[in-house]
Amino acid sequence: MERGEAKSKKAGGPPRLCCICNEKRPVLKRPKTLQQICRECFYEVFEEEIHQAIVNNGLFKSGERVAIGASGGKDSTVLAYVLSELNRRHSYGLDLFLLSIDEGITGYRDDSLETVKRNELQYGLPLQILSYKDLYGWTMDDIVKMIGLKNNCTFCGVFRRQALDRGAALLKVDKLVTGHNADDIAETVLLNILRGDIARLSRCTSITTGEDGPIPRCKPFKYTYEKEIVIYPFAVSNPHHTYAYFKKLDYFSTECIYSPNAYRGFAREFIKDLERLRPRAILDIIKSGEDFRIATTTKMPEQGTCERCGYISSQKWCKACVLLDGLNRGLPKMGIGRARGGGVNGGDHKKETKAGSTVKTLETKQCGSLDF
Amino acid sequence: MQLTLEFGGGLELLCDSEKIHKVNVDLPNGVQELTMKDLLSWVRTNVIKERPEMFIKGDTVRPGVLVLVNDCDWELSGQLETTIEDKDVIVFISTLHGG
Repeated sequence: MERGEAKSKKAGGPPRLCCICNEKRPVLKRPKTLQQICRECFYEVFEEEIHQAIVNNGLFKSGERVAIGASGGKDSTVLAYVLSELNRRHSYGLDLFLLSIDEGITGYRDDSLETVKRNELQYGLPLQILSYKDLYGWTMDDIVKMIGLKNNCTFCGVFRRQALDRGAALLKVDKLVTGHNADDIAETVLLNILRGDIARLSRCTSITTGEDGPIPRCKPFKYTYEKEIVIYPFAVSNPHHTYAYFKKLDYFSTECIYSPNAYRGFAREFIKDLERLRPRAILDIIKSGEDFRIATTTKMPEQGTCERCGYISSQKWCKACVLLDGLNRGLPKMGIGRARGGGVNGGDHKKETKAGSTVKTLETKQCGSLDF
Repeated sequence: MQLTLEFGGGLELLCDSEKIHKVNVDLPNGVQELTMKDLLSWVRTNVIKERPEMFIKGDTVRPGVLVLVNDCDWELSGQLETTIEDKDVIVFISTLHGG
């Protein structure tokens, strides 16, 4: 990052120096603190803050097998890099793996998986790939052919969450980590408010979730701004490494071809507009989410297990089973929206399969066989 | 002036999937200096081939698009008022995609 070293780009005023070291030219204005910071100080403080988040929240124990949910995108690539770096530097003693899920989206996931395969080589972390086709008998392309472009993100999200848990169980890992960042979590808080989903609202700001379930998962980037995750690969350098990728971490960035209709997109736009006006808003929304207390008179759903597959569920059948059942019976609207009249959880069982629909008969693999 | 424009984070899809564009930008008539504001407008017209709303919102970049001028956050140099000089490298990265 030596280009234009001598040029001052400020519109008026003397060139400033890094707030932290007071020596070098600043290259970034941190949204979290509004500090002007140079390249070296930035990646130091970036890595240190994540280390603190890990230590202060007791995210890991020495000797744990940890699977990194790796999509090949910016968050999981930076996560894989930083976590393996911190594991080495601070001797966390973790056994790290990359776990990828292939949803079967042509032109998107097949390309991003190539990136993860490269990450496997670049970071020396073993990789496991699980596909929706193997797990559920359906690829996202198949699902979209059946249901069209509305609600497909619901299917994908539900299936992916379960797929990560199943993959983690197969690999016999103790913990799952994902690259969800502060922006993602702030969006989720807003989404849950917009939907009145009190149960999720109470859980979504926890840095570790699912401790009472099969595989706990944690989010080391909970307090990390997306902007910094994007800039980090431009700043990082390590005198001990000689790989060419180093200056620019290799990651994949294309919008999922099915995503433009996802509801989350609206929350995302809103958060980005907010960040522009008041960057601190993102962390403040998370703080509000953490401090919400549910009124004692509110009835909360109880967590049990799915009758069909044994996965964690607050209904008779887990969401994935409901959705799959709908797909397999040619009733893809089942499980979308509130359970009113249809399906196992709703009550009314009188439904007819559409004549002539191509129905796949593969059933969900029993989760019981994976010792949930 | 000769400039190098780089598009990342998915923005390259708006410019025929080309990540790097070496361009020659002429100053608008009667103007002494080129600002980012001018450049954005120029890019929108001459480089962005589809869905300009993914790149630009109003006068400035869409929220979620990072701008680096010579590897430096444009928030430090006055955003739209940043002056652009010959041989500068401007990078646009979108953060609005999965990770």
